[in-house]
Amino acid sequence: MAKDELMNYEKALEQFEVVIGLEVHVELNTKTKMFCGCRNEFGDEPNTNVCPICIGLPGSLPAVNKRAVESAIALGLALGCEIAPTGRFARKNYFYPDLAKNFQTSQYDEPIAFEGSLEVEVPSGKVFEVLIERAHMEEDAGKLTHVGGSTGRIQGAEYSLVDYNRAGVPLIEIVTKPIFGAGAEAPELAAAYVRSIRDFVKALNISDARMERGNVRCDANVSLRPHGTEKLGTRTETKNVNSLRSIERAVRYEIQRQAAILAKGGSIIQETRHWHEDKGSTSSGRPKSDADDYRYFPEPDLVPVQPSKDWIEAIRETLPENPAARRKRLQAAWQFSDLEFRDVVNADLLDAIEETVSAGAKPQSARKWWSGELARIANSEGKDVTALGVTTAQVAQLAELVESGKINDRLAREVLGYVLAGEGDPAAIVTARGLEVVSDDTALIAAIDAALASQPDVLDAIREGRMQAAGAVIGAVMKAMAGSADAARVRELLIAKANQ
Amino acid sequence: MSDLIFKTAAELAQLLAAKEVSSVEVTKAHLDRTSAVDGDVHSYLHVGESEALAAAAEVDRRRAAGEQLHPLAGVPIAVKDNLTTIDAPTTAGSKILEGWIPQYDATVVKAIRAAGLPILGKTNLDEFAMGSSTEFSAYGPSKNPWDLERIPGGSGGGSSSVVASFQAPLAIGSDTGGSIRFPAFVTGTVGTKPTYGAVSRYGLIALASSLDQIGPVTRNVLDAAMLQDLIAGHDPHDSTSLPESLGSMTEAAKKRDLKGLRVGVIKQLTGEGFQPGVTKAFNESLELLANAGAEIVEVSCPSFEYAIEAYYLILPAEASSNLAKFDSVRFGLRVTPEGNPTIERVMAATREAGFGPEVKRRIILGTYALSSGYYDAYYGSAQKVRTLIQRDFANAFAKADVLASPTAPTTAFKFGEKVADPLAMYLNDIATIPANLAGIPGISVPNGIAFDTNLPVGIQLLAPAREDARLYHVGAALEAMHEANWGKRMIDFAPALEVRG
Amino acid sequence: MSEITPDLVRHLANLARIQIDETETELFASQLGLIVDSVAKVKAAVAGDVPATSHPIPMSNVFREDVVEPSLSQAQALSGSADSADGRFRVHAILDEE
Ligand SMILES: [Mg+2]
Ligand SMILES: [Zn+2]
Repeated sequence: MAKDELMNYEKALEQFEVVIGLEVHVELNTKTKMFCGCRNEFGDEPNTNVCPICIGLPGSLPAVNKRAVESAIALGLALGCEIAPTGRFARKNYFYPDLAKNFQTSQYDEPIAFEGSLEVEVPSGKVFEVLIERAHMEEDAGKLTHVGGSTGRIQGAEYSLVDYNRAGVPLIEIVTKPIFGAGAEAPELAAAYVRSIRDFVKALNISDARMERGNVRCDANVSLRPHGTEKLGTRTETKNVNSLRSIERAVRYEIQRQAAILAKGGSIIQETRHWHEDKGSTSSGRPKSDADDYRYFPEPDLVPVQPSKDWIEAIRETLPENPAARRKRLQAAWQFSDLEFRDVVNADLLDAIEETVSAGAKPQSARKWWSGELARIANSEGKDVTALGVTTAQVAQLAELVESGKINDRLAREVLGYVLAGEGDPAAIVTARGLEVVSDDTALIAAIDAALASQPDVLDAIREGRMQAAGAVIGAVMKAMAGSADAARVRELLIAKANQ
Repeated sequence: MSDLIFKTAAELAQLLAAKEVSSVEVTKAHLDRTSAVDGDVHSYLHVGESEALAAAAEVDRRRAAGEQLHPLAGVPIAVKDNLTTIDAPTTAGSKILEGWIPQYDATVVKAIRAAGLPILGKTNLDEFAMGSSTEFSAYGPSKNPWDLERIPGGSGGGSSSVVASFQAPLAIGSDTGGSIRFPAFVTGTVGTKPTYGAVSRYGLIALASSLDQIGPVTRNVLDAAMLQDLIAGHDPHDSTSLPESLGSMTEAAKKRDLKGLRVGVIKQLTGEGFQPGVTKAFNESLELLANAGAEIVEVSCPSFEYAIEAYYLILPAEASSNLAKFDSVRFGLRVTPEGNPTIERVMAATREAGFGPEVKRRIILGTYALSSGYYDAYYGSAQKVRTLIQRDFANAFAKADVLASPTAPTTAFKFGEKVADPLAMYLNDIATIPANLAGIPGISVPNGIAFDTNLPVGIQLLAPAREDARLYHVGAALEAMHEANWGKRMIDFAPALEVRG
Repeated sequence: MSEITPDLVRHLANLARIQIDETETELFASQLGLIVDSVAKVKAAVAGDVPATSHPIPMSNVFREDVVEPSLSQAQALSGSADSADGRFRVHAILDEE
């Protein structure tokens, strides 16, 4: 495919106003599927969590999973939505081999939740109110594997294989209204919005919310219009953007791509585009010939969902703390500066630090470890910091060892290396490897005397109050002790000696 | 030829309970009858001889062991081939499912097996139950035992002819617009469409989900009642299945007293368009009811004028979606065009080759009725007509306990007469469709021979939703009066079939 | 008169994934034309205020508890398929190779 021409980002924003819209699909963590009793399980043998219903055998009928409905109501309430007094399932008809019945059982004109809103903070600290149009229930499709041709892509594949384990897994689709006025921060806003949806569903415990597994998937609609014009531009829908980072990149890419086309007087094709993480670009998706006409109609095999006031209120009771409120509470408790706290939030370290603190670490040292050394290592290894394999308890223990002066920062970093290498808990490692700082004065005094032998006039200098002279000796002692000495203690002993 | 085959299911049940006959004998007798006559009648798409005999032997063993058995245990039954069975191919009369052995049993089939009724085989039907004659079966039509030149009704012509030709005392049918009641009408047998939701649809290959209902096909009313009692009941696998029990149909079928019963005659379903022989038999039945103390009142259902039109929008719309799953991927036929085609072309070629003309016609019509820009005008309006028809019934049932009409306007027609003219074919359902649109129960009970065509006719009785018992009460009482007048059962008027080696 | 043209029939057949030939297209166009003309009268039948009936027997809130039920084995699941490989259903390429 020909490489897209891109306009410089700043130039694009000078010429055009960015309008985005976001559709987020959340896979629920129910035990069973949306319409059948098959296990809702990731990564099992293909076609082992299937039954006549979810592979669409003739004669089979759906039955609605109550827990999935409760999850949808809970999320609706959390997003400040109205819960529909009557919600209905509808069939969305189109042929595709991952869709067992060749229609998706979804919701159309009567979604379970509608008209909500969500406050989203972007890295700059600016807060946007994103309006939610609707949240509705539907079923996931099966998984296609494309075989032959180029790198397992759909293009040029010889054939495809279908696994229906995922077919019928409960989804909630959350659709925003068009989002205006984010300007240059539109990409960051898109990512921050998806992060807060993810935070919500995690907090509600209705989804595992693991983006790398596709538990939370985002389709990003992007359109541009010349500043000051009313009419919305033609939008593209970029699918398959499954990490916060790629959402940001994909939106930015579409802005630059569309701007280049429009600036040339070209026009945008309304189409689905696919994001390619590797190339960092989007490509035109498959032409969906049926996209124009899904022939929605009420699912005749299912009856309406009419949640009672009591049911809704009972679910409202169970709602956990709003993630935004939680952030305010934690910043106050930890006394982080706005800058410190924003970095923590953007690095997605709230949970890690909260656990580390409750494991006994001081908030500041917990923060230093996670957004300092650990973040650095994660970066160099291209991993997510929470995926390094070090537990919050271990970090807390490491911090405590430094606090108590058992080891110094340099040793602590060394110990961390052993922890990451799987040698166990910091305290155990310190004893096993005899890494404790030497607090036995006789060894220190011997080392000090050795150092003084080569530079005798240092003591006089100290007596005369020229403390900087002490540095050379302290350095020599530390060197001699291979770092396993407490510099402060060496200094004390040296001064004592001078004043004898 | 053992005369066990001429007995009713209730009679066989008694003989079995009294251990005067074994289920193996009864089952064998019916299988013999099939090899003797089904070459001509063609009721069956599949006969499960060994499975049936094994099930019969098993129920005989349980009886010998003194187990508590279902009243119909050991009585053999035939099942329409649009219900899934793990031990027999299930085709729905379509080439696209040829040879498919389902991975599960329909809920009704499960209930039949659990009650110990040997399943003789799978009966013929118009492809996916779309038709009134079985002429649209991909495997050739079934014949009317009263006249092999004529249609046995449809879509359930296999089930109607199988009981009418004494190949089975009981059969299962499905009724979307009359597919149980019209075949009963033309074959001098009994057929009931229960209240929507009374019988689980799980495992019934869907035609139109909001209209389909499974029901009994028999030679007399008591047998139908006993069979409905067996197959009815709540099923969590069918979200539209009724939670509550509708009571005992068998008990209702033993009542005879009709004093004070109000029978409403539907103005729009009499007179013009109805064959004189059909009307005459209908009026004679009304007289019998009146003589027995029933009060005959006229009721008007003006919206019935739109019933067929609404039906032929709702049915194709739902069917077009229900039949989308037949795409060559997970089961059934796969046709691969020349060259190296995409899955899209394979699906289209498979559906072209696998579906017959009537099915394609209705899928395309339904696709049209649902497509954007037409939905409100067609499917939407049709759903509103349903509301009007329900209101008509509500008003009618305020005046009457049951409603009555001829089951169909004309007696059995000859093969080929209407096959080229869909609209004419659709008119057979004019009297039966309203019950499906409103979800209410209806029964067709034989009420004699039409003087003008010398073919069987039947009367349709309708009751309010959940009042199926009224149909069996009134139907059984009427049947008893007819048999008293005739001095024999309706089916005994049928000419004997030629028996072949 | 009916709006069912051969082109519309072709479009509908494509939506419905049925590959029909020219004779069928013509036949269906005329037959569906007649049917559509006759069913069109439902439009006249209903004033706006009539509610639609999608379920003949009104019910609501019919749910399943979130409890696992036995699934099919992989072999059972694939038993009816025309073609399978690696425990999966095999289908022809989705896109034409360009
Ligand atoms: Mg969706
Ligand atoms: Zn399943």
